[in-house]
Amino acid sequence: MGLHHHLPSRREALLGAGTLFAWSQMPRLARAEGRDPRLLVIVLRGALDGLGAVAPVGDPDWITLRGDRALVLDGKTPALPLDSFFALNPAMPQLHRLYKAQQATIVHATATPYRDRSHFDGQDVLESGFARPGSVDSGWLNRALLALASDGRVDPRGSRALGVGAVTPLVVRGQAQVMSWVPQQLLAASDDTQARLLDLYRHTDAKLAAALEARIRLAALGGAGSVMADDAQLPPPGIARVRAYFTDAAGSAARLLAKADGPRVGALGFVGWDTHINEGAAMGQLANLLGALDGALAAVETNMGEAWRETVVAVVTEFGRTARINGTNGTDHGQGTVAFLAGGALRGGRVVADWPGLKTAQLYEGRDLNPTTDLRAVLKGLLRDHLRVDERVLATKVFPDSADVTPTAGLVG
Amino acid sequence: MSRSTPTDAALALHRFGMGPRPGSIAAIASDPRGALIAELEKPTAGQVAASALPSSGKAYRLVTDANAKRAARAVVAKREQDAAAKRQTADASAKMETAGAMVEAEKAAAEAVPDPGRLIYLDEARVHYEAALNAEIGFAERLVWFWCNHFCISADKVQSMSGAYEREVIRPHVLGRFTDLLLAAEGHPAMLLYLDNTLSMGANSIAGLNRTRGLNENLAREIMELHTLGVRTGYTQADVIGFANVLTGWTLLPPGDNPEHGGEFSFNPRLHEPGAQTIMGKTYDGDDAEQGRTVLRDLATHPATATHVAAKLARHFVADQPPAALIERMAKVFRDTDGDLKAVAKAMVTSDEAWDAPVAKLKRPSEWIIAMVRATGLTQADPVRFTGGQALLGERLWRPTSPRGYPDDEASWIDGVGRRLDAASNFAERLSGRIDPQDVIANVLGSVSPEAKQAVGRAESRQQALALLFMSAEMLRR
Repeated sequence: MGLHHHLPSRREALLGAGTLFAWSQMPRLARAEGRDPRLLVIVLRGALDGLGAVAPVGDPDWITLRGDRALVLDGKTPALPLDSFFALNPAMPQLHRLYKAQQATIVHATATPYRDRSHFDGQDVLESGFARPGSVDSGWLNRALLALASDGRVDPRGSRALGVGAVTPLVVRGQAQVMSWVPQQLLAASDDTQARLLDLYRHTDAKLAAALEARIRLAALGGAGSVMADDAQLPPPGIARVRAYFTDAAGSAARLLAKADGPRVGALGFVGWDTHINEGAAMGQLANLLGALDGALAAVETNMGEAWRETVVAVVTEFGRTARINGTNGTDHGQGTVAFLAGGALRGGRVVADWPGLKTAQLYEGRDLNPTTDLRAVLKGLLRDHLRVDERVLATKVFPDSADVTPTAGLVG
Repeated sequence: MSRSTPTDAALALHRFGMGPRPGSIAAIASDPRGALIAELEKPTAGQVAASALPSSGKAYRLVTDANAKRAARAVVAKREQDAAAKRQTADASAKMETAGAMVEAEKAAAEAVPDPGRLIYLDEARVHYEAALNAEIGFAERLVWFWCNHFCISADKVQSMSGAYEREVIRPHVLGRFTDLLLAAEGHPAMLLYLDNTLSMGANSIAGLNRTRGLNENLAREIMELHTLGVRTGYTQADVIGFANVLTGWTLLPPGDNPEHGGEFSFNPRLHEPGAQTIMGKTYDGDDAEQGRTVLRDLATHPATATHVAAKLARHFVADQPPAALIERMAKVFRDTDGDLKAVAKAMVTSDEAWDAPVAKLKRPSEWIIAMVRATGLTQADPVRFTGGQALLGERLWRPTSPRGYPDDEASWIDGVGRRLDAASNFAERLSGRIDPQDVIANVLGSVSPEAKQAVGRAESRQQALALLFMSAEMLRR
C-alpha cells in the first residue's frame, strides 16, 4: 500500500478518516538554540498493561503475581533485559535497540491524576491535561502550542498542528489550528469490536449473533480477519491489518514532521489495548499489538531521517491494568502503567521509576500497580526541555493546577 | 385506546419514523400516536424545498444535449484522425496502433463534455437525505420512501430523472389519493422509460403497421402484479395484453429543437392500438390517454388493490408477517375512503396491533444509516457518503435491482450485518470524537438493554462505544 508524500490539505481535513496532527508556532526559544524539535504523541486507547509490556523481573513478587503468564528472562520467548530489574516485552526488539542506543526511555509505575476506572474519563484526563474529568474542550498539546512564541517563521498554510486519523485526538484539539491527515489504511471494525458485538448479540439477539458469527467464520476462511487468539503459533489474520495501519499512520505522520516546512508536533491514537480476556502478553493479543507498536516506532525513526535526532515520540495510555491476571486470562482496569519515550533527542537508555513494589499491601487498593510518578511531570519535562514551553505556563495553562508537579528533568539533551 | 409511554415514543420514531434525534423522544413522549398523526396533518408533510433542482424534463434535456454534444465531438475527432491516418504509411502494425489511438481520441473528445446526470442525481440525493435527517419524526418521509420503493424506477436506466421522479410523483400524492398517485407514477416519463413503454406500439397502430416493433407488456404487467392488484389475484394474460394495448402511445416528448420542451409525458396516437379493449371483463373504449387513465382508476379502486397495498404497508412498517386483523382494518379504510392514503396511514398508527408487534423488523440499510446519523444530531448530508454507504450495504439509492423494489424482510438483509459493522465503525471513527455515547443513550435512544448499556460502558474508546451502540439491536431493529 502506497503512502502519501504530501502535506495535508484542508480538504483532507474535511475528508477525515484515521489519525490526526496539529501545527502551531515554531518554538522560538528552541530555534534560538539552533534546534528544530519534533514531538509526536501516540495515545494507546484501552489502557495498556504496563506490567505486560515492561516486566519487573527483579522484583521477588513478580512470579507470584503473574505465575506462568509472567514475562521472564528465561521464558519460552525471553524478555529483553533493560537493566538489572526491568525487562522489555520480546515483541519490541526495535524499541529495545533504541533503548540500548540511549534513544529510548521507559517510565514505569506512572499514571495521570485520574484514579477511577472509566476509559472515557481516563482518556479525557490524559489528553485534556486537567486534573479531573469533565474539561474536554481542548488538549494539553494544543495549549502548549499556543504558549510557544512564534519566531516569525509563518507556516505558509497558516496552520501548524497536525492530527492523524478520522478523529482529531483531544490532545491536539483547541485554539491552535489543527490539520488532519488520514492514513490510506482504514481500520474498520476491529476484531475486538467484532468480538464485543458478538458477545452483546449472544445476550440480546440470537439471529444477529448467528449472522455475525457466519461472517466471522467466513473471514477466518478467507484469512481476512478473525477474533484474536492467545496463540502466537497462529497469528490472527487481523493483526496483519492492525500492523499495517499502525505503520502507515505513524510512518506518514513522521514523514510530515520531517519536512522542513512541515508541522512540528502531532498526535495519533491507536486502539485495541483493553485486554480483559486472553491478554497474551508473552504470546498472543498483547504481544501482537506491542509488535505492531514496535513497527510503528521503527517507521517513525526511518521516515524522520535526519530529523530523528531532534525527535521525541511519547507513547501514553489512560491508565494501567490490574496487577493480577483475572479469571479469563486477562486483566481489568487498573492504575499504574508504563509510558514509552523514544527519539534521537532523548537522553535515553534508562527506566525512570520510583518502584512501589508488588506485595498486596503495596498495590493500589490491593489490585493495581501503585502509580508513583505523575505522568504530567514527565510530559511537563518534555515540553519544557524539548519544546521550551515556559514552566509557569505549563503549571497553569497547559496542565492546570499542576504547580506542585515538578517537571522531570534531564529527559532530553 | 391509546397508551403513552417513553417506550412507545421510541417505537414511534424507530418503527414509523426516521429514528430518534437528540431530544425527540422526550418531545413526543406525552402522545406518540398523536405526534405521528400531527406530522401527517402538516401541509408541508412529504414536501421538500427544491427550487434549485431541475424538473425531470429539464434534467432529461440536459443529459440528452450533453450526449449529443459528446457524439458530435467524437465525430469531429474521428474525422481529424481519419485525415491523419490517410497521410501515414500503409504499414500494418502502424495502422493497428493508429486505430487504437483513434478510438482513444474519440473517447477523450466525448468525455471532454461532462455528464450532468450524476451531478443532478447527487443534488437530488442531498435533498432526499436532508429531508430524512431534518424531519421531526419522519413518518411522512418514511411513507415517501415506501411509495418510492412501491412505484420504483431505477436510476441505472433514468439517472437524471430519478430524484425528480420522487419529487414530482411521490411527494405530492403521498398523503393524497392512491388513484392520483397511481396516475402520476404510471404517466411519468421515468416510469415509461424504466418499464419500456416508450418502445411499445400497437400492432394495428399507424406506426405499428409500418414498423416491425410491436407491443411491450412490461408496464401493464407490473402495474397489475406489483403496483395495484398484486400477483395471482385473478387477472389473466389476456388482461395484461389488453391493458398493454391501452397503454400504447404513452410515451414522452422527444427532445427537439425547442429547448423548452422534451422529456415530458406525451400521448402519441400514432403508436396507440385502435379500438376497444377488454380488461377483467370490462370493455374500455376511446382512442386517447383517457382510456388508460380509466383502466388505472378502476385498478386503483379494485378490492384486491386495497388488500395488496394494506398488506405491503403493514409488512413494511410493522412485521414481516403482519397481523391479519391489521391488514384488514387498513384495507377497509382504503376501500371506504376511496384510497385516501392519509386515512390508511392513520388507521395503521391508531391500531394497537401496529404497536404490539415485537420489535423484530430489521431496518433496511437506508433506514439504519439515517437513524444512525440522526442519533448524532447531524442534519447536513454529503450525498456521496450516503449513496456510497447505501451501495456498500446493497441498497443503492433509487437503483433497485428489479421493479419489485427492495425487499422488506429480515432474511434479505440480515447477512449484511457484518458489513454494517464496518460502516458503523467507520462512521463512529469519523465523528469528531465529541459525541458522548452515554448522551446518545440518554437523549436519543430512550432505553437500551442493560447488556447494551454495559457493552457501551465498557468499550475501550468512545469510537468503539458508538460503533457498538449503532450496531445494537435497538438501532438495527424497529
